[in-house]
Amino acid sequence: MKLKGSQIFFECLKKEGVEVIFGFPGGAVIDIYNEMPKYDIRHVLVRHEQGAAHMADGYARATGRVGVCLVTSGPGATNTVTGIATAYMDSVPIVFFTGQVPTPLIGNDAFQEVDIVGISRPCTKHNYLVKDVNDLATVIKEAFFLARSGRPGPVLVDLPKDVVAAEAEFRYPKKVEIKGYRPTLDAHVGQIKRAHQLIEKSKRPVIYAGGGVIISGASEELTRFAQLIQAPVTATLMGLGCFPAMLEGPTGEKDLNPQWLGMLGMHGTFRANMAVSHADLLIAIGARFDDRVTGKISGFAPKAKIIHIDVDPTSISKNVVVDIPIVGDCKNALQKLVHMFEKDPLENIDESRAAWFEQIHEWRQTYPLVYKQERDIIKPQFVVEKLYELSNGNAIITTEVGQNQMWTAQYYHFNHPRTLLTSGGLGTMGYGLPAAIGAQVAFPDRLVIDVAGDGSIQMNIQELITAVCNGLPVKVAILNNKYLGMVRQWQELFYAKNYCATCLDAAPDFVKLAESYGAVGLRASTPEEVEPVIREAFSIKKPVIMDFLVAQEEGVYPMVPAGKNISEMLLV
Amino acid sequence: MEKHSNGQKHTIGVLVENRPGVLSRVAGLFSGRGFNIESLTVAETNEPGMSRMTLVTSGDQQVLEQIVKQLNKLINVIKVIDFRETEFVNREMALVKVRADQQTRAEILRIVDIFRAKVVDVSPLFYTIEVTGDEGKIAAILELLGQLGIMEVARTGKAAMARSKKH
Repeated sequence: MKLKGSQIFFECLKKEGVEVIFGFPGGAVIDIYNEMPKYDIRHVLVRHEQGAAHMADGYARATGRVGVCLVTSGPGATNTVTGIATAYMDSVPIVFFTGQVPTPLIGNDAFQEVDIVGISRPCTKHNYLVKDVNDLATVIKEAFFLARSGRPGPVLVDLPKDVVAAEAEFRYPKKVEIKGYRPTLDAHVGQIKRAHQLIEKSKRPVIYAGGGVIISGASEELTRFAQLIQAPVTATLMGLGCFPAMLEGPTGEKDLNPQWLGMLGMHGTFRANMAVSHADLLIAIGARFDDRVTGKISGFAPKAKIIHIDVDPTSISKNVVVDIPIVGDCKNALQKLVHMFEKDPLENIDESRAAWFEQIHEWRQTYPLVYKQERDIIKPQFVVEKLYELSNGNAIITTEVGQNQMWTAQYYHFNHPRTLLTSGGLGTMGYGLPAAIGAQVAFPDRLVIDVAGDGSIQMNIQELITAVCNGLPVKVAILNNKYLGMVRQWQELFYAKNYCATCLDAAPDFVKLAESYGAVGLRASTPEEVEPVIREAFSIKKPVIMDFLVAQEEGVYPMVPAGKNISEMLLV
Repeated sequence: MEKHSNGQKHTIGVLVENRPGVLSRVAGLFSGRGFNIESLTVAETNEPGMSRMTLVTSGDQQVLEQIVKQLNKLINVIKVIDFRETEFVNREMALVKVRADQQTRAEILRIVDIFRAKVVDVSPLFYTIEVTGDEGKIAAILELLGQLGIMEVARTGKAAMARSKKH
């Protein structure tokens, strides 16, 4: 039987097990929307297409499934570009469907026409313009396959209006065959053996784990591996949650995991950056030596041999030349390493690591993460600590970008993968609220908190109504310092306090703003009010904005100034 | 025949699926990542649906490594042929329009003969010459003809192929 392109679209989504689409309609996709009520797929109507992109992203990161976003041509498509680039930088599997003008009009500067395939080419894993309805099913099958396999990423499918209106026989291909696409998942045993030899010889190893560990679902293997070789673990922003920061003691009390170094890099902990700087072996797993991690390249892990496990060969030896490259899926490689060390355990491991862990403990004692809580004024770090405490560390946390993001990374202890959703690579302000909504769609019963700044929350605040009308009780904690705080901090430190364009003292009343959307607004202006506000917010089954009036000129420390070695930290 | 070393020009062959936009994926990769393209040729192969590009780029070993990996990462790229480690033959064709008056005509024809080039178009004032060869040969004939007055040059860019094993 022949189906219309718009019906084939939904049949394909059914085959892929899609349960929700984040989207916004328009002329070029009206045929698809016309079929939508006949199918059992949830649609979340956003208020701006960027919101749809980040919601699909938050959904994908929280679940590990492929997010789906549907928008119209022209401005609908261009509005998703920031979301596409965000997902591309952080390897998030999303399929973006964009409407397009009818094929005879393509290239004519038609109404709401834009070359979105051209625009999105450098920030998608791959993209397609479907010119023939007979290709539609195959293209959608390939798009989902590409998005989720290998190093995941966003894939865009551009759908001209006449193509989705045309008819074709529906046949969903069983297999995908793309000649030029065969990601290497199986780590080479020879390389694993060479890594084993280096690890055996190492006295001061450090594991440097990134988002790849989370993506490949390798947290357990990582934890086991770290235990077997008794190595301390640091993680990138994207890697937080891949290794438990806290350990539960026999009586249920929680204490910092002695193997956990915290995040490394520009705002990393003293002990993480010092450990990397003094390590004789760095084991990078699913991380990509980003400049915010390495600081000055020549000063990064200067004494260390480097083993690098990554599914993407282009990530290996891109910024830092490594000694043992291992191309493969993190889980696969870690399973092999675990197997090897279980069969042939390191001898006297506790003894030989004692000095190294003693040194790390000393670094932790000398410069722990600290802030000074004052009597009358709320410190933003205090809010994050309270959020951790009162959520028992069990929330899904999203962040915006800037100081709010870094304080969250430092002071919320992530113990489980997929509990921190944050725009690491692109650094997209406005990511947190829609991402929280996407995560809440996937997990309606979990506590989802967006830690925001007063600047970035305004970048996608329109999505608050999406949360309200879809019954998604996300909590937003605004660390309101009336500044674009991170830029202000740079101006303070490196630009003689020339606070040009960073002061946001003209701001909406966030409590009233929440109320006007039909959400709940709460405010805390003194330290005593923080806990009651959080408790109340957590008890309300509606979206809540918590407006915390925090110390205005608080900075994020430690800080490695751009271009310096990561051992050269400013400490407060 | 040439073999590349550090900091020099490098030749890379790329076998691609012949899909719309594939050229811009490759070209966009180079511009987006700040790699150089010295020349780029592309045409269909004997296999239907497949095209072959030859591109000449420059950079140190680490940059070259990245270029090869990044090309491989493109979904439409089937195979990347890295000529760094292999001996290969490469040829380029150039069309050169030269001013040909009574004094220079004989000299031009002598040069054409020496370089085993061809005159492919003749008019009272100009000769158009077709010459094929490696980079050195093209450079040499252009220099000689340049002294006689070149009006226009159109070059194809390099096509390259690995040498077959002799044994």
